[in-house]
Amino acid sequence: MKFSIYRYNPEKDEKPYMQDYDVELQPTDRMLLDAILRIKALDDSLGLRKSCREGVCGSDGMNINGKNGLACITPLKDLKEPVVLRPLPGLPVIRDLIVDMSQFFKQYHSVKPYLVNDNPPPQKERLQSPEEREELNGLYECILCACCSTSCPSFWWNPDKFVGPAALLQAYRFIADTRDDATSERLDNLEDPYRLFRCHSIMNCADACPKGLNPTEAIGKIKEQMVRRMV
Amino acid sequence: MTLSRQIFDTVIVGGGGSGLRAALQLAEAGHNVAVFSKVFPTRSHTVAAQGGIGASLGNMQEDHWLWHMYDTIKGSDYLGDQDAIEFMCRKAAEVVYELEHFGMPFDRNPDGTIYQRPFGGHTQNFGERAVQRACAAADRTGHAMLHTLYQRNVRARCQFFVEWMALDLIRDYEGAVVGIVALEMETGEVMVFQSKATILATGGAGRIYQSSTNAFINTGDGLGMAARAGIPLEDMEFWQFHPTGVAGAGVLITEGVRGEGGILLNANGERFMERYAPNMKDLASRDVVSRAMDQEIKEGRGVGPERDHVLLKLDHLGAEIINKRLPGIREIALKFAHVDPIREPIPVVPTCHYQMGGIPTNYYGQVVVPRGANPSEPVPGLYAIGECACVSVHGANRLGTNSLLDLLVFGKSAGDHVSEWLKTHPRHRDLPRNAAERSLERLARLDSTAPGERVTDVSADMRRTVQQHAGVFRTGTLLAEGVEKIREVGQRARSTTIDDKSRVFNTARIEALELENLAIVAEATLVSAQAREESRGAHAREDFKERDDKNWLKHSLWYLDGSRLDYKPVNLQPLTVESFEPKIRVY
Repeated sequence: MKFSIYRYNPEKDEKPYMQDYDVELQPTDRMLLDAILRIKALDDSLGLRKSCREGVCGSDGMNINGKNGLACITPLKDLKEPVVLRPLPGLPVIRDLIVDMSQFFKQYHSVKPYLVNDNPPPQKERLQSPEEREELNGLYECILCACCSTSCPSFWWNPDKFVGPAALLQAYRFIADTRDDATSERLDNLEDPYRLFRCHSIMNCADACPKGLNPTEAIGKIKEQMVRRMV
Repeated sequence: MTLSRQIFDTVIVGGGGSGLRAALQLAEAGHNVAVFSKVFPTRSHTVAAQGGIGASLGNMQEDHWLWHMYDTIKGSDYLGDQDAIEFMCRKAAEVVYELEHFGMPFDRNPDGTIYQRPFGGHTQNFGERAVQRACAAADRTGHAMLHTLYQRNVRARCQFFVEWMALDLIRDYEGAVVGIVALEMETGEVMVFQSKATILATGGAGRIYQSSTNAFINTGDGLGMAARAGIPLEDMEFWQFHPTGVAGAGVLITEGVRGEGGILLNANGERFMERYAPNMKDLASRDVVSRAMDQEIKEGRGVGPERDHVLLKLDHLGAEIINKRLPGIREIALKFAHVDPIREPIPVVPTCHYQMGGIPTNYYGQVVVPRGANPSEPVPGLYAIGECACVSVHGANRLGTNSLLDLLVFGKSAGDHVSEWLKTHPRHRDLPRNAAERSLERLARLDSTAPGERVTDVSADMRRTVQQHAGVFRTGTLLAEGVEKIREVGQRARSTTIDDKSRVFNTARIEALELENLAIVAEATLVSAQAREESRGAHAREDFKERDDKNWLKHSLWYLDGSRLDYKPVNLQPLTVESFEPKIRVY
């Protein structure tokens, strides 16, 4: 199978280049990650992140034939050759397919991604109805792979000012949690021409999410809450 | 060569469930703590746990920690230490409620309490009938828990060293652990981190097997570090084969599927577990179910063209339950088995899943080694928690849901113990002069241009050897051959070569270092397994089919130096209740 892979090692390459590989696959190789590991067995200098190989850890996000996704759950049979692999767009490249995610995590941390509830907790669990808990579905499952934020033009232009779809999804995850008491601080935190309002509902994020989540919808709900508290 | 050095009160190696729980305990108590992780913390393998956390909350039916304790001891085939098991089961409710208060998105019952599902080996009233004890967030409990713990650590402003690999422990002349040597992956820089207390929380080494549910990062780094520092590894012959890995892919399908009512079928469409475990059936403990499946396959009742797997049927649960309680499983089945479990069964096979053994500790998380007449003398400054540790609460076979519980209970307990210990040990001990020597030698070998074998070739041979010689069923001959082969693999693992000599994010170097750790664990496994001439829990010998309490009710201790074995007694004495005497195990 034929691949064209983005290569860059800052120690020896003046600039990035695309390297072609033609690798023989085994019948057990079903996912893109299997094929990349065949390549890596022949060329150990190829750099990528990987861990769970089942789409839950979020390590191996990359740009696959022009679309962001996880290598470990992208079936080889769906890919047109040569398969063009690039690092996630918009973030600085450390090496090959490995990007510097500091900016992405900085934005995640900026939304205070933790439950805020200063009341002393009860002896047992805080109660929450199944319906209230259902509000968290489609939000808490995020794996922080950055496929969404790095497919978003607003994030490419302003990664330091626009929170980006992944972190906004998490902001809403806590706004939606009936146990969280900080909704108004959370809205204040996003009340800014850039942090939230740079989202123009292009929906690249929802299209890119390997877990089928929809950040645009969550962002819409945050905007709704902002409007509601203004009137 | 002088390396730069940083100083912390506590260094934690590993950012999964147990490491994060310990970090939280220490950071919230105001200590200066640094967590080192090879991956961003939410990428740790805890993220892949699915089914639930065991705790006798009694939200569904009457439940009691003592019943949980009994189930865990029986599940361990009586090899678990009863003091630690009592400690864990009594603390279970407290740590689960805390996790809920941290924001964990547990599923809920109509009355607002945490939803609990049945799981293998968990019973009411000392084995009478199955009980719903597994506190669940759909089938993504580990993911929800790991993210919640990370988030809480963000709140506590805990300091992380992300994408750093710890290479070795530093011990001083008196044997105390005074820090670690670690490698920053992004720059290739090596640094010394001096600490008063060091906590290993590096997870298991399930990657020694060819067919494994484990992530690529599960390479037993903490076990390698401990073994190289002269600390024995306990009960390494006991590896859990999870009954339901997706055939061919190895990806985990939670026992929660059977908890929700899924059943296993052989080629004749027979629910064969009724023959092997008449009472608990498909919810017998994992060692029992895995052996039954292997037996069915061996006797020709396997499914598929090669008759090499069985089927997990759950379509009778209905689309609603599957989508609500098992959405992740449906996703995995569609992607990795190409079946929609709403309509078709999932092909499954026993797959290496969990390491019951590890670095010996007590229930405070202190690493303990034999010294003189004391089989369990703490190593000053060193702790181990989670899958890399052997407390031992899982003994010869872990019950499902007890691993996440173990992470919470012993992560917290070690955090508390370190807090106390720091009060009486306010000063850093001096670093020995040759603190980083061993690590630098290991790295120098990989930098040299000496010829050697490729890491991928040696590591493939290692996995094949362990798979063939230390599988679900074992024999003396098979194990003896395995020991020979794995010693050779160990030699080869220490003489690999890499083409890539660069500094920046050199994953080839990382994989070579990981292989050294894996090879140590693999040797410990085969040597310990060959010596144990009985069948207990997950260690099933065809040449010694019975459990032998007279000779083998004891923990194995394997030392890297000379590949030597020693043993220590099982603690049958709980903290406050009466001992559970070993009995024949029937489900």
